[in-house]
Amino acid sequence: MTLNVDAPAPARRPGPRRPSGHRSAGRGGSGFARFDLRATPYFLVSPYFLLFAIFGVFPLGYTLWVSLYDWELAGDKSFIGLDNYIALITDGSFWNAVVNTLGIFVISTIPQLILALVISNALNKRIRGRLFFRLGILLPLVTSVVAVAVVFTQLYGRDYGMINWFLGLFGVDAIEWQNQSWSAWLAISTMIDWRWTGYNAIILLAAMQTIPKDLYEAASLDGASPRRQFWQITVPMLRPTLVFVVFISTIGGLTLFTEPVMFEGNPTMAGGATGQYQTVAMFIVKEAFRDFDMGYASAAAWLLFALILIGTLINYSFTRRIGGKK
Amino acid sequence: MLNSKRHGKLAAVAVMAATALAITSCGSSDSATPSAGSTGSAAAAEPVTITVHTFGGGANFGYKKAVETWNAAHPNIQVKYQNLTDRFEDVYLPQLLQKLQAGSGTGDIVGIDEGAMGLMKARPQFFADLAPYGLDSRKSDFPAAKWDNGINKDGKLFALGTDIGGMGMCYRKDLLEKAGLPSERDEVTKLWPDWASFMETGKKFQAANPGKGAPKFLDGPNTLYNVVLSQEAPKNGNIAYFDTGNQLVIDKNPAIKTSFDTVKSYSEAGLTAKLASFTPEWNAAIKKGGFAVMGCPAWMLGVISGNAGDEGKGKWDVAGVPGGAGNWGGSYLAVPAQSKHPKEAAEVLNYLTGKEGHVMAFQEAQAFPSSLSGQQDPAVADMKNEFFSDAPTGKIFGDSVKDLLPVFLGEKHAQVKTAAEKVLEGMDKGSIPYGEAWTKFIEAGTKAAG
Repeated sequence: MTLNVDAPAPARRPGPRRPSGHRSAGRGGSGFARFDLRATPYFLVSPYFLLFAIFGVFPLGYTLWVSLYDWELAGDKSFIGLDNYIALITDGSFWNAVVNTLGIFVISTIPQLILALVISNALNKRIRGRLFFRLGILLPLVTSVVAVAVVFTQLYGRDYGMINWFLGLFGVDAIEWQNQSWSAWLAISTMIDWRWTGYNAIILLAAMQTIPKDLYEAASLDGASPRRQFWQITVPMLRPTLVFVVFISTIGGLTLFTEPVMFEGNPTMAGGATGQYQTVAMFIVKEAFRDFDMGYASAAAWLLFALILIGTLINYSFTRRIGGKK
Repeated sequence: MLNSKRHGKLAAVAVMAATALAITSCGSSDSATPSAGSTGSAAAAEPVTITVHTFGGGANFGYKKAVETWNAAHPNIQVKYQNLTDRFEDVYLPQLLQKLQAGSGTGDIVGIDEGAMGLMKARPQFFADLAPYGLDSRKSDFPAAKWDNGINKDGKLFALGTDIGGMGMCYRKDLLEKAGLPSERDEVTKLWPDWASFMETGKKFQAANPGKGAPKFLDGPNTLYNVVLSQEAPKNGNIAYFDTGNQLVIDKNPAIKTSFDTVKSYSEAGLTAKLASFTPEWNAAIKKGGFAVMGCPAWMLGVISGNAGDEGKGKWDVAGVPGGAGNWGGSYLAVPAQSKHPKEAAEVLNYLTGKEGHVMAFQEAQAFPSSLSGQQDPAVADMKNEFFSDAPTGKIFGDSVKDLLPVFLGEKHAQVKTAAEKVLEGMDKGSIPYGEAWTKFIEAGTKAAG
C-alpha cells in the first residue's frame, strides 16, 4: 500500500486475468511444462486449503456431530437428535445473548463506519503531517484487545474510574456501568470503536486513493461542491470496499467475546447478574466450559454461524444499494 | 480482492463465511492448552518425575518448601510443582476435565477444590484408587467431614484433604477505630457473638460513615452468604443445594433461604459496598479500604495480603466469626488414572497431605491443615500472622473447625453456586429488585442444575 496520493492513479480495476509473461513458455511445450503450468497454481494455494480443512472444516463437522448429542464434558453422552436445537430456540437466555450481540453491534458499528468514512476523507486531503496522522489513526490496532479492555474497564470503574470521576464533576451520581444493558453496551462499544475505527479508515483511505482525480476535476468544472463530490463520487466509488468493511465488521461484531468478558472482570461468562451484556460467543463458552454441556454449546455455535450468514447477507444487500442508482 | 467481477464477490462471501467458521470454532475451544509435563519417561532404574498441578493466587497450595524438602530426600522420585492458574471454577476445572477426557495432560497429582468434589466423585473412571497404596490407613487422621468427600460413588478412596477453610472475620482496624468502635481483636469478637449483634455493629459503623464514597461495613454479598451458609447447612441435614440423593433442593433447604435472607437484609440496610468477590473492583477496595469487615476462611488471608500489598500490613486483623464455627472451601489432592506412576504419585500425595506437608503449606500459604495431626502441631496451633497484626490465626481457625460436620455437595454444586451467587450480586447492585430476587435465585439455580 502506498501512502503517496500524488503518484499517478493506478488503473481502476486491474484485470483479474491479465495475460502473464509466463504464458508463452507453455506454448507448444512438453507435457510436463503444461502440467506444471496447470498444477502449480493449485499446489501453491494448497497450504491454505489444507490448513483450513484441518482447522476449519473438521471442527465444523465435529461441532455439528457433537451438537446432536447430550454430551457432557468428561461425562456421559447420548444421541438426542435435534433436541439441543429445539431447546435453544425456546431458551430465553440464548435470545437474550442474541439481542445483546446485535445491540452492541448496532451501536458500535454504525458510528464507527461513519466516523471511519469521515476520517479517511479528511486524511485524503492535503493536510500538514499527513503521514503522521495516517499512521496514528492505525495505532490502536496494534494494541492487544485484552489490554484495551482492561484499561477501558478501569476507566469505567464505579468507585475509582476516571469516567465516573469526570461525570461527578457535573454532579452526576456514580454509574455502575455493568449494571444495565444500555450502559454496558455503550461501554463495550467504545472499546470496539477505539480499536477498529482507524483500521476501517485506513482501508477506506486506500480505496479513496484509487479513485481517478479527473472525476473530481470534471465535477469541479461543472460546479459541484466538495460535499456533493463526496456523496456523488467518493461514496459510490467506494462501494466494493464498503461491502468488505461491513462484512468484516459484521463478523467481528457477531462473534464479540473478549471485550465483554474482560468488562465483567470475572470470567464466569455470565455477562452480568442477569446477562445484561452476555454475547452469543460468551453464551457458547459458558455452556461448554462452565456448565460442561458440550452438545448444547455446539448447537449454539451452529446457530451463531447461521446468524452470521444471515447478518452478512442482509448487510450485503443493504450495502450494494449505497449510491447504486445507475 | 473485491474489485474483480461478480464471481469474485461470491468467492469473497465464501471466504468471509469460512473466516466466520474458523472464528466460531476457535471460540468454542476456549484455552485448551494442554501443558507439558507429567510423563517422566522413566526407564526402570531412572528417577521418576511426579508432576503436581495446582491452582490458586499468591502462594496457592504453598508446596514450594515441602517439594524442595522431598526432592532433597528422594533422589529417585523428583517432584515438579506447577501452579497452573489462579482461577479454579472457570479456568482450572474446565481444563482438568478436558485433559481427563483426552486421557493425557494432567499432572500425576492434581489439586481439586471442594466445590468440584461432587463432580469428581461421580467420575470414578478418571482417578486411581488410593487404597491399594495403603492410604486408607490415614482415615483416623482426618475429620469425618474431610475424609468422606474423598470417597467416590464406587466407594473407593480417590482423594485426600489438603487444607480446610475454617472461618474468621477479617477487619480493618483503622476503619473500626475511626467509627468509634473497638479495634482490638478480642473486643471485636465480643462485639458480635451472634448475627443480630453483627447487624447492630454494622449499623453503628455506617452511621459514623455517612455520605457517598465513605467506606461500607461489608464488601458485598458473596463472602457474607458463604459464611452464613457454612453455618446453616450443618443445622439442616448437612446439605446445601443438593440432598444426598443428588436432587436439587435450593428452594426447599431452609439453610439456603436463611443465608439468602441474611444477605438481603444487609444489602437493604445499605451495609455492603456492592462489590462482587474476586473482581478488580473488589481487589481495589481491599487495597484502598472501601469496606471494613469481610468473612474470612483461612485461605482468604492470603488473598487479602496479596491484594493489599505491603502498605496494608498491620492495618488488618482477624476476629472470631458471629455464630461460631463454619467451613468454606479447602481442597483435595487426587491421582488421575492416566498417571504413569500411580504408586510413586500416591507416596508423594501421602507426604503432601501428611502432617509435614500440611504444616509447611500453612506456614507458606496460610492453608489451614485438614489433618488432625497437622492442626495439633505447635507450628500450626501457635502460629501468628504478621500481616494481620500478629493475629493468632492458628488458634482462631483451629477453634472454628473443631466440631465441623461433613456437608454433602452435589455433582453440580459448583455450577449452581456460581449461578445463584450471580443473582445475589445483581440484587445487591440493584439490577434485580429485592422483591424478585428470591424467584430469580431459584430460577438461576434450577437452570444451572438442569
